Amino acid sequence: MLSRVPAGTLSRAARFASQRASAGLPGARASSVRFASSASASSSAFQSFVNSRATLAASTLLAVGSIAWYTHLYGGLPFLGQVHASALSDEGLHPTAYPWPHKGFFDTFDHASIRRGYLVYREVCSSCHSLDRIAWRNLVGVSHTVDEVKAMAEEVEYEDGPDDQGEMFQRPGKLSDYMPPPYPNEEAARASNGGALPPDLSLIIKARHGGADYVFSLLTGYVDPPAGIEVREGLNYNPYFPGGAIAMARVLFDGLVEYDDGTPATTSQMAKDVVTFLNWAAEPEHDERKKTGLKAVILFSALTALSLYVKRFKWTVVKNRKIIYNPPADKHL
Amino acid sequence: MSFSTTFYNAIVKRNSVYVSTIFAGAFAFGVGFDLGISKFWDTWNRGKQWKDIRDRYIQKDDAEE
Repeated sequence: MLSRVPAGTLSRAARFASQRASAGLPGARASSVRFASSASASSSAFQSFVNSRATLAASTLLAVGSIAWYTHLYGGLPFLGQVHASALSDEGLHPTAYPWPHKGFFDTFDHASIRRGYLVYREVCSSCHSLDRIAWRNLVGVSHTVDEVKAMAEEVEYEDGPDDQGEMFQRPGKLSDYMPPPYPNEEAARASNGGALPPDLSLIIKARHGGADYVFSLLTGYVDPPAGIEVREGLNYNPYFPGGAIAMARVLFDGLVEYDDGTPATTSQMAKDVVTFLNWAAEPEHDERKKTGLKAVILFSALTALSLYVKRFKWTVVKNRKIIYNPPADKHL
Repeated sequence: MSFSTTFYNAIVKRNSVYVSTIFAGAFAFGVGFDLGISKFWDTWNRGKQWKDIRDRYIQKDDAEE
């Protein structure tokens, strides 16, 4: 693609622009010379630098990249005004970017945090929020041993059947069962929560803009509404929630649960752990995906480099061929 | 004798040797690359993965969540 851009485009464009600025337009056109590879060598290193296509490409990339980066950071350009049809609170306060232990390109989840987060889910969140897509067996080898999970599953009763008499019966849970929902149906959930439906949390981290940062900020972001903001009875003010008024009240307070590894259970610790647990629930393939991704990037980069080299090596024959024209001898004599 | 000449005579000249070497080499690379990446991965993520923390819990089978 770059080969279609004639060499010297950058300097020609700059020269054309400066020629237009000066008054001597007719004369300038006659004196502009078309650069060709057979032309005499540029007078200085600076000339050849400016002429090069690589410089043109790099400076274009620099200019476009700077504008794109600025716009990404600040949401707009300094000299372009913005108009919003909505109030900024409609979007919700943007969450802070937290340094999650699983944030980097090579980083796995902190599985001790997943284990603590499961405890927070079980003791705090599961009274209102279901986790329908997670089965007991999913915890094995991730945050608990198989015996621990079997014991936890057996504490829950599940309906099974029909038996030989055609009756449904209750039995203790097993590894293949899914996490028990707090309510039998949506209507019961709404009735117990002032008409609001506590969403299922299996995919919540992927389902909300801001992901883990958003959910963490939300859980720790309950504050008194600022002066002038009224939140109706039954709703709670949370600046991170789009619109600002959320049906869920603050549920995390210091010392609410007791961790089995002795970690102090502060509000932010519990929020961090439960968000890590929910992130695992939404993306259980996360660790394997990143590891495979690392292998793939290394292998594909190596293969690409090899392919580029081999292609150019094989093509040296073609690229270096000479075509010789022998004009026909004059036979008119 | 140059390395390339020795290499050619030993590996490339007979196709049966060439192909077998490639297959064996690919197998060895596959295993070795996996081991290398796994080692790096486990070092980079030490303390975070389940295998690092499971020892705390396997004896205590009656530990609750």
